[in-house]
Amino acid sequence: MFTPVAYQFIKRLLILLATLLLVSGVIFLVLQVIPGDPAQIILGIQATPENLQALRHKLGLDLSLPVQYWNWMSGVFRGDLGVSITYDVSISELILSRLAVTFPLALLSIFFAVVFSIPLGIYAALHRNRPGDYGVMVFSQIGLAVPAFWAGILLILFFAVYLQWFSAGGFKSWMESPLGALKSLLLPALSLGLIRAAVLARLTRSCMLEALGEDFIRTARAKGLAERVVVYKHALRNALIPVVTIVGLQMGELLAGAIVIENVFNLPGLGRLIFLAIGQRDLPVVQGVGLLIAFFIVIVNFAVDVIYGVVDPRIRSGSEEI
Amino acid sequence: MKQPLKNVNLVIGGTLVLAILVTASLSFFYTPYDPNRMNMAKRFQSPGEEYPLGTDQYGRDILSRVMKGAVNSLIVGWVAVGIGMGFGILFGSLAAFWRGWKDEGVMRLMDVLYGFPAVLSAILITSILGPGMVNSMLAIGVFNIPIFTRLTRGTSLSVWQRDFVTSARAVGQRNGRIIWNTVLPNILSPLIVQGTVQFAIAILAEAALSYLGLGTQPPHASWGRMLNEAQTFMEISPWLAIFPGLAIAWAVLGFNLLGDGLRDLLDPKLSRTRR
Repeated sequence: MFTPVAYQFIKRLLILLATLLLVSGVIFLVLQVIPGDPAQIILGIQATPENLQALRHKLGLDLSLPVQYWNWMSGVFRGDLGVSITYDVSISELILSRLAVTFPLALLSIFFAVVFSIPLGIYAALHRNRPGDYGVMVFSQIGLAVPAFWAGILLILFFAVYLQWFSAGGFKSWMESPLGALKSLLLPALSLGLIRAAVLARLTRSCMLEALGEDFIRTARAKGLAERVVVYKHALRNALIPVVTIVGLQMGELLAGAIVIENVFNLPGLGRLIFLAIGQRDLPVVQGVGLLIAFFIVIVNFAVDVIYGVVDPRIRSGSEEI
Repeated sequence: MKQPLKNVNLVIGGTLVLAILVTASLSFFYTPYDPNRMNMAKRFQSPGEEYPLGTDQYGRDILSRVMKGAVNSLIVGWVAVGIGMGFGILFGSLAAFWRGWKDEGVMRLMDVLYGFPAVLSAILITSILGPGMVNSMLAIGVFNIPIFTRLTRGTSLSVWQRDFVTSARAVGQRNGRIIWNTVLPNILSPLIVQGTVQFAIAILAEAALSYLGLGTQPPHASWGRMLNEAQTFMEISPWLAIFPGLAIAWAVLGFNLLGDGLRDLLDPKLSRTRR
């Protein structure tokens, strides 16, 4: 009834939906066991038991867990994630305003990662086992070892404290000053991008080496094609498939995982929002942002799986085995 | 098997790791100063003869604290990888043995665990259990479980198809015995290599958690915490932000290179394809 590709797609889609449902359940349950009563946190230690009870009722915290979960999930499907306890604004609005920081930060980081890594990876592959190649590999190893947040601190030390070209943290809103906003994202994006460039440079190098060893490259050379055409048109295009995949995965990861860097640079992004919300026991925000982050990651993984299967049938059949 | 001493990654990685191990062991018997002793008269001393790496805002010796921090990082690495490997091998071996819907169930559960960002999961876990070194080890260990489960399952599946497993079954060996005596020894190499890599990742994760204030608590020394404190005083004492970071990079580089070296040594086929 279905073609194998369609069958795989439907199977993965069902797994995706089941995973998302499971993730939502896990997030919901985990947050129920976090110590601390949100009502007590809002009203403070002076609150009377009656006031606490009234607030718990207003927040729906006195309902049974399945009812609370049902209310939350039906709200999610309507696009209503509830209201933040700390900020007293709609969580959807809060997320949108924080995405205005996190999304450009992720894009800029990926931009830096790609701009540094792909030329370096190609260069290393074309100069295999020569000093340039060793240089790139050393850069890659160091990049893998340096924590992004330390890279961020060093960049602050050099560019903000020593040269005073940038401020040491904070964010100017896009409305107030688009250039200022971009400037506040440059150092954090550089620290995230450089570390990811290390992974990508290594991958580009090994994929290029693999592609350059293939029969079709020998054929292209035998046809008398210029070396530039062989390298950039034939080898690079093939080598880039896994590289683009990893870039996609890194994008998902960056949307979710810039928590530490957002703290280093004091950026009001999604990561900092959820980090502070956990501390403030703002459970609706933690649930909403947590679900969104899991959604990003699961969707990116799904897209990568599907694209991989379409692009390379060997992987599709291989996935059945392992 | 290649000659270990010709393996550059193994030699450099091994040396870096050995240096960390020696430093950590030494710190039990000797540190230049008491790492937690405050000396307000000696605040913000720059690196010199008296204090080779300088002092912090409380006059504590940075070198002594970096040395003690190594113990902290190594313990977190061991425990986190131990938790991941222990549960991962158990779940992965069972999934590979079961196949079918039980296997699918275990692996989807691992997908959920794996699908959630590690730092975020660790923050959630430490929020539930409370900040501290033990809880951060647990949090990082939990993140390691799906990685070892996937690896164990993937490698075990092919071993189960091999003739020597079929023979073991034919002579009537019990399944548990086959897993323990026949399958596990054959998948040990990739597990050791992955363990080394995860050790490096655990050190990075602990540093990140401590930086956020969720890992090792003051006054105990932790590289991540030291970087957090350094950020406030970076303008007057930049060295505060340099040495703990260098120590993290040193340890992570060491374990990464050791992992690469072991991979080349234990699995030449893999290193050839990986290049």
